[in-house]
Amino acid sequence: MLRILGKIQRIGIVTEPVPRLDEPALTEIGEQLKARVGEQFGGSLAIREVDAGSCNGCELEIQALNNPYYSIERFGVHFVASPRHADMLLVTGPVSRHMEAALRRTYAATPEPKLVLAVGECGANGGEFGTSYASCGAVSNVIPVDAVIRGCPPTPLDLLRGILEAIGRRSSDR
Amino acid sequence: MTPQDQLAPFLRRLADAGLRVEAQASPGLAPAQLILVQAEDWGRLGHEAKAWACRWVAGWGEDTGEDGSESIRVNACFEKAGTYLVARTAVPRATPVLSSQTASYPGADRPERHMRDMLGVVFSGHPDARRWTRHQAWKDSEYPLRRDFPAAGRPQAQTPADHAYNFLLAQGSGVYEIPVGPVHAGIIEPGHFRFQAVGETVLKLEERLGYTHKGIEKIAEGRDAEGLARLAGRVSGDATVAHAWAACMAMEKAAGLEAPPRALWLRALMCERERVANHVGDIGAMLNDIAFAFGFYQFARLREDWQRVSREAFGHRFMMDCIVPGGVALDLDARFIAPMRDEVGVLRKQIGRLMAIINDLPSVADRVRGAGVLKPEYARALGCVGYVGRASGMDFDVRRDAPYPPYERLKVAVPLHHYGDINARARTRLEEIAASFDLIEALLAGLPAGPIRVGWEHPAAGAEGLGLVEGWRGEILSFVRFGADARIARFFPRDPSWTTWPALELLIHDNIVPDFPVCNKSVNGSYSGHDL
Repeated sequence: MLRILGKIQRIGIVTEPVPRLDEPALTEIGEQLKARVGEQFGGSLAIREVDAGSCNGCELEIQALNNPYYSIERFGVHFVASPRHADMLLVTGPVSRHMEAALRRTYAATPEPKLVLAVGECGANGGEFGTSYASCGAVSNVIPVDAVIRGCPPTPLDLLRGILEAIGRRSSDR
Repeated sequence: MTPQDQLAPFLRRLADAGLRVEAQASPGLAPAQLILVQAEDWGRLGHEAKAWACRWVAGWGEDTGEDGSESIRVNACFEKAGTYLVARTAVPRATPVLSSQTASYPGADRPERHMRDMLGVVFSGHPDARRWTRHQAWKDSEYPLRRDFPAAGRPQAQTPADHAYNFLLAQGSGVYEIPVGPVHAGIIEPGHFRFQAVGETVLKLEERLGYTHKGIEKIAEGRDAEGLARLAGRVSGDATVAHAWAACMAMEKAAGLEAPPRALWLRALMCERERVANHVGDIGAMLNDIAFAFGFYQFARLREDWQRVSREAFGHRFMMDCIVPGGVALDLDARFIAPMRDEVGVLRKQIGRLMAIINDLPSVADRVRGAGVLKPEYARALGCVGYVGRASGMDFDVRRDAPYPPYERLKVAVPLHHYGDINARARTRLEEIAASFDLIEALLAGLPAGPIRVGWEHPAAGAEGLGLVEGWRGEILSFVRFGADARIARFFPRDPSWTTWPALELLIHDNIVPDFPVCNKSVNGSYSGHDL
């Protein structure tokens, strides 16, 4: 136990004042996200992630949002195990025809009001896989989509920004 | 000893058994040897290969309709002590019936069902008549890999759920069923698991995969070489480097060219970095599945550090699209070499310290020792590769046993364990991380100068190539045939997950349901790589 505590103390908090890379404009993103989540979702935004046929690249980057660098929960954003607990669906694609019914049912099980984000090139437009006998292509071909997050796969920062933008759009719609 | 010499006794054995076998030259398949077999001997070939202690590697078919022939070609790949053999036969398109090899090789079960669903080849004597890859996106009378099937298909307005699949049921007092998926609770890929349980104990697990079937084999047709490399890099996103390498290796062999030495070393560097990233992340995820949050966050931190260096050096956190036909897309700047070497030193120390803590905790040992045991005889029967095989006594690694450049010039340490439990798989993976660190240091130290890409030369129509790469999950086989105009006529990637998904069904037997997540993570099959 002492060694665990010692390690925790030595490593300290690696969580970054988001973010370190790229655009300086993004340094505010976490705080903005937190403010909007507070304003619109009573302080907590519950996301249900749905892999509707992806190659698993997007999933790895979405998982990374939970690592201590991004630590998305500090902004009041958390991933839930059931669509019935979710405010937002984060859907990766392309939507395979074999996942089509499951995606429709997941959407139906998510209570209103709900937001749907299509993630990755494939979620946005079918990506490398396009539309075929096996693939419905973009998420919006199957369920209504509020916003897309491009990238193959989008980086964790792209994902943070995309979630923020989607919430921002929602507030300007009202 | 040349591969021909090693195969000679097997060919004699086949002849003695009365099989009419003919060796045929196919330089693109090297180091594998090609033999032509009569269709009626297909099942017996499996029997003889098993008796000769070959591993069944993969099976794939090909509708060669373009040349006007009325036949479907079927291939099976075998391996013994690093020598590969591709057996090929043909069946009439009107009556495409072959005897199954599943009786000899349980690992051929799902691949044969995949061939039936995709190509309409019927395997007589197959023990399982249920569909596998096909759900409801196309009719059972249609076969997407046939020439006359359009890539766009003839989809319904909405594809219904595949509700009528017959799972095996356990019966008796207190037996109940737990359906899980396809949408899983975590941020992971979709698939369905059907448990039959008594109390906490799993009597039987049956997997139903195919949910992420994206038609990869079909939409590969007609692509150019670069387009295929991009697609191969998305067969399984976590293994993008290894799949792209295997596909490029296959295409380069078909074209009769080799990437320059510097490109090959950079490919290996990226592939080892991919191995480390995935193993480090998975060790953390396994600790998460046994509720040891400290370990999860520490390893997640190390993985993130590692991915950021990949991004700085190669421009992408997964190094996607960095491997291209004829070489690599971008060079490694010399200024990254020293930091990359230092990073290995730091990580080696960090992992060592973390494991000193973790190894000392009885609560961790209690969850991973003796749980999820894959017996060596099951691993052998299924032909398990990668860390799943190596944790259960399957001593094989393509980099060491059938080395491709640059590994023939490097020393590859291959860990081996025999107990086959979660602990053995975790140990194997930790030792593979250490081996990859050594390789990365050697690759950085010996990185040859020179060009990173050769000009692409269009392969002749009909040219075929075979790529064999040790990805982080294990051996990847990639088959490519070019058609007219240097366009892809056939692409078949065999992810190692085909060998480990059936192993999960066996190793979970008699374990408790709450141990399933950590058992599953210790194997970590790719859904996308399997479903294609």
